[in-house]
Amino acid sequence: MSLPGPETLELKTSEDVVRARQRVRVCMKDQGFGLVDQTKMVTATSELARNAVDYGLGGTMRIESLEEMGRIGIRLVFLDHGPGIPDIDLALTDGYTSGHGLGLGLGGSKRLVNEFEIWSKPDEGTRVTITRWR
Amino acid sequence: MEKIPILKLGEILLVSIQVDMHDRLAITLQDDLTARIVKDRARGVLIDISSLEMVDSFIGRMLGNIAAMSQALGAQTVVVGMRPAVAITIVELGLSMQNVRTALNVERGIEMLQRAVEESEEDTTHEPSGT
Repeated sequence: MSLPGPETLELKTSEDVVRARQRVRVCMKDQGFGLVDQTKMVTATSELARNAVDYGLGGTMRIESLEEMGRIGIRLVFLDHGPGIPDIDLALTDGYTSGHGLGLGLGGSKRLVNEFEIWSKPDEGTRVTITRWR
Repeated sequence: MEKIPILKLGEILLVSIQVDMHDRLAITLQDDLTARIVKDRARGVLIDISSLEMVDSFIGRMLGNIAAMSQALGAQTVVVGMRPAVAITIVELGLSMQNVRTALNVERGIEMLQRAVEESEEDTTHEPSGT
């Protein structure tokens, strides 16, 4: 089976967040993920895409299908060039919020995926990579 | 402007969310509903989320806000029809929804609201007068 090539979506408005969710949903379906897996990944997408729009001054989401040692996966990379996160450990704590949210975005998304990686530097931006395997 | 319709059934306001909501639409719904509770003197709000494929922290917060605001205005809110995959996901996400009353479907939600409305009416009639 040939995997679809990676693609990148803009994240600038709250409508873009909806489009990102829908794109991830279709991709997960195409790769044969079950409904619960789809819902978890789509929910994580919504949290991270919103972070990029609201806190990262807009950014992008890269979506990639993977096949490694017979496993099928989807990897998403959320990248923004916003102010960055000064204290990542703190930002990953449930209930911590820098703004108007519930503070579940980062920590919550981490629990919804199999792999979670975050890089952030003040004044340079933030990159969050998540992967879910089938 | 894009809006989610609010229907009136006796003392109950009915909302069925049929679209993949972006954040502004969710905020508009919250504002519209609070205005309608006052305008229509509603005693109950029923929100059907059976079409929602996902509830994230933003939508969860909106549902909690609607429940709290309607409570402050003398109306009860019940959220109905959450899909099983959504329920599994919000628990892992860490959304508690503990302030939001839920029911399996619209029918049970309406029963729940009618009971709540009757109870609150009894409370008012049994209150001692003149104190």
